[in-house]
Amino acid sequence: MTTLQMYMTVALCVLGTQLTRWLPFLLFSGRRTPPLVEYLGKALPGAVFTLLIVYCLRHTDVLGGSHGLPELIAMAAVVGLHLWKRKLLLSVAGGTILYMALVQLVF
Amino acid sequence: MSRRLPLYKTSRVLYDRVTHEREVSAMDAHKLRRALRAAFPHTIPIMVSFLFLGMTYGLYARASGLGWQWATAMSALVFGGSLEFVAVSMLMAPFAPLQTFLLAFVIQARHLFYGLSLLDRYRGLGAKKPYMIWTLCDETFSINVSTDPPEGVDRGWFMFFISLLDQLYWITGATLGGLLGSMLPFDTAGLDFIMTAMFTVFLTEQLLKEKRHGPALIGAGAAVGCLVLLGADSFMIPAMAAITALLVLFRGPIERGLEE
Repeated sequence: MTTLQMYMTVALCVLGTQLTRWLPFLLFSGRRTPPLVEYLGKALPGAVFTLLIVYCLRHTDVLGGSHGLPELIAMAAVVGLHLWKRKLLLSVAGGTILYMALVQLVF
Repeated sequence: MSRRLPLYKTSRVLYDRVTHEREVSAMDAHKLRRALRAAFPHTIPIMVSFLFLGMTYGLYARASGLGWQWATAMSALVFGGSLEFVAVSMLMAPFAPLQTFLLAFVIQARHLFYGLSLLDRYRGLGAKKPYMIWTLCDETFSINVSTDPPEGVDRGWFMFFISLLDQLYWITGATLGGLLGSMLPFDTAGLDFIMTAMFTVFLTEQLLKEKRHGPALIGAGAAVGCLVLLGADSFMIPAMAAITALLVLFRGPIERGLEE
């Protein structure tokens, strides 16, 4: 790949990415948002977090390897910590440290 | 509009305008500081996660043979973790423009959701808005869609600083990773779980806040279903399509649940 082609590759990544960021605002910002779109705007965030968690864990092998046990244990710890203290940083740090210990030392 | 005024009145108007503007700019500076101070604590977990993941990315780009400038530039211009990793391997492969563009759009398509959810909250933000759209990412979205600043803090500037800080963390991490090469003193295996942990916390908060969990269940069901059927590399777009379809299908009950 020539240097020019490398620049173009980055530019295409930028273009593809920025389209996904700008389209909703370009299509619906000017006029009144249609009620269906407005409803989706309210309902989607509730579905997005579960989708993102699945996305984060998409390479977890439930059938082989460690069967997703480190992930399951660490996530339970995150939820537990959060229900207990309700401090974002504590829950995230606690769960991540536990997970790192699990994959480096136990599994 | 241009009614002629006697000279003393004109100078009075000018004087008022100048002092007024000076007061306004002092107020603005104060407003900005307050917004930045209110925004920063919300970004601390993201700072940790972005600095480390950004460094991982910089190291990876460097190890693949790219200069650190590439990691920095992509972090500033693309600003999307998964795609930036993929982009490194695309830069090392033969030039394939169409595939590059489509892959970028597909990997980042979840931003379409974020934009829809933020239409109202990002309305009327003036010159801040283009930058905030340019840098929209998972983490910035999850804060800006769910968090209101404390009383007396300007909401637009609060959300702007969330966007700015998050991007600065990522650029800093990527640049450091690119510069440091492979000198990290500890084993970082498993550190990427920080993302999962964060989204788990956001989900927990959301489940505690809402009375009915229709959208969360639809998200989980569609995502897991498509993942099992289609595999890790191609489930995201179908999952998003399925979620949208199910939300439209069950609009009645879900809308009633949202209003409660």
